[in-house]
Amino acid sequence: MPFLVRRVLYSLFLLAGVSILTFVLVDLAPGEFFDEMRLNPRISKETIAGLRSNYGLDLPLPLRYLRWLRSVAKGECGFSFSYNSPAAPIVWRRAQNTLLLTGTATLFAWLIAIPFGIWSAAKPGKWSDLFAGGTLSILLAIPELILGLLLLLLALRSGYFPVGGATSLNFPQLDFWSKSKDLARHLFLPCLCLTAGLFPLLLSHVRASMTVVLESPFIAAARAHGIPRRRLLLRHALPAAANPLISLFGLSLGALLSSSLVIEGLFGWPGLGQLFIEAILQRDFYLVVDAAVLATIFLIFGNLLADALLYTLDPRIRDD
Amino acid sequence: MVPRNKPYIAFALLAISHGLLLLAGFFAPYDPTSQDRELPFAPPTRVHFIDARHKLHLLPFVYRWRANTTDRGYHEDRQTVYPVRFFSQWHFFATDPPAKIFLMGSDAYGRDQFSRFLYGGRISLFAGLVATAISLILGMILGGAAGFYGRWLDELIMRAAEIFLTLPWLYLLFAVRAFLPLHIAPNGVFLLLISVLGAIGWARPARLIRGVVLSAKEREYVLAARGFGASDVYLLRRHLLPEAGSVILTQAAVLIPTYVLAEVVLSFFGLGVSEPAPSWGNLLANLRQYGVLESYWWIFLPALALVPVFLAYYGVFSYYGYYRGYYFAGDGRDGTRNSLSFMPPAKA
Repeated sequence: MPFLVRRVLYSLFLLAGVSILTFVLVDLAPGEFFDEMRLNPRISKETIAGLRSNYGLDLPLPLRYLRWLRSVAKGECGFSFSYNSPAAPIVWRRAQNTLLLTGTATLFAWLIAIPFGIWSAAKPGKWSDLFAGGTLSILLAIPELILGLLLLLLALRSGYFPVGGATSLNFPQLDFWSKSKDLARHLFLPCLCLTAGLFPLLLSHVRASMTVVLESPFIAAARAHGIPRRRLLLRHALPAAANPLISLFGLSLGALLSSSLVIEGLFGWPGLGQLFIEAILQRDFYLVVDAAVLATIFLIFGNLLADALLYTLDPRIRDD
Repeated sequence: MVPRNKPYIAFALLAISHGLLLLAGFFAPYDPTSQDRELPFAPPTRVHFIDARHKLHLLPFVYRWRANTTDRGYHEDRQTVYPVRFFSQWHFFATDPPAKIFLMGSDAYGRDQFSRFLYGGRISLFAGLVATAISLILGMILGGAAGFYGRWLDELIMRAAEIFLTLPWLYLLFAVRAFLPLHIAPNGVFLLLISVLGAIGWARPARLIRGVVLSAKEREYVLAARGFGASDVYLLRRHLLPEAGSVILTQAAVLIPTYVLAEVVLSFFGLGVSEPAPSWGNLLANLRQYGVLESYWWIFLPALALVPVFLAYYGVFSYYGYYRGYYFAGDGRDGTRNSLSFMPPAKA
């Protein structure tokens, strides 16, 4: 079986496993969305029982899972009790915000990490290297939650950056240019926080992987042939060091989604993570499952992308 | 990185912070839950040596905070001097009532933040340690079995581990958290939360330990022991798992801060330890109100006080990780995914 087909099949298997796992876990939870209604004496027991059977909550778990799968196939992905509408549009709108946030943060983190990593690997022991090491270990050790709180404090004190939400209230009335500016100002702080969390991890790996390549014999040979330094670093060393970095790209997505869960809650960014926390607090069954599964899909998709990249760039992987 | 050549700094920091937390009853001047409704959001008490009449005191003293009549702030009442008393009544330091000594200010209920920080650290750190122990024990059992018996058991355990590793772990944690009742008291249910925390983290240590066992079981002395008729359990306990000692130590240095942070994040979003019990997450949860964050800077102090603890753990990890060559094991020589399995785990 070709490498990529195998990876896709495997991803589908993972997805099935994850969705079943979340379904079971959330179902085990005591309490459900209608518990609060039960406390209301004006709502009769029959009404609640009717509502529950309407939503299929009285069915056994495997049947409910099948029903959920059917509704995924229909593009509804279950039903949100608190929003009183199919779950898919709600989750998708939030997911777009999360994608915007994490996508921008990933882009910036890589754009900074690659040149810095090459630079510090090229001059080990110099101040750039030491500086990178020092700041990095501090940034790596400080949790993003604290970093985020610090940024939030600065934003509130200075009052320049808006806090909460992704857009201002008058967003729909703005023209395109002001719209982008408004969005960018809202995006800045959460994005900075995510980038600051991700970038040291990337940098240390870029640096490590470049250091190993720079010590290998073919680089010494290339240097002896008189190849200029910049060409040596960018054309000879970087492609050789790229492999673990591409795998890292796939793996770092998981870390990124986890941190974005915290950052979204902190900055009030209306993303998937915030929806997820809300849904847990309200016991909105299908929203919890959908958000968890969608986060996993992002992750799996990122890993597939990394695999595809590796496949095209590195002939050694094509073992078939 | 920086602490690599000086591991004793990290170790000393860890020893000091853990000692402070362990002896919280001695170092904390007040009970973590005792309220003072007269002094909500009081700023940190200033410690003086020179009084209003320019007289120098040998021992430090404090003034009493009095509420302003015009706004919600406080001013020092310079009439009476309250000396700081060391080693009185089984406390490291205290002052005479009605004056209070708030090293980190007080919160909305007039509770001493410093005392809450110390007592809260006990809960948070306890959560981290127990959850780590659970993860490592599960990882040792499952990883050891997978590596030792191989075949379908290995396949099964490693596929399951991959599912756990694939999920964004904070999402997983929150989903599992949904399985417990919403309000968690700091007793039985809290222990359950910690166990859940530890149980979902088994996959990474299990994979690492499996790798160690896999390579160790082919060694000559293991084969010799087997030839002498050693049982599987004996082999695992006596020969194979001790090989994984350094992996376990490195993992512990990563997992403890990760789990402490997990408690902090859960409590921060109101899903962890519930008030009035102190925990680091509960202290930070005060900052969720933008108004508090903006007006009372000292509520932020506990967050800053957390940083050295995390730095120390990171220092220990980075020392051992580098020493054992794990931290930079993603060297890309084989270009496989596994080469990155020593990557530091997701930060929360």
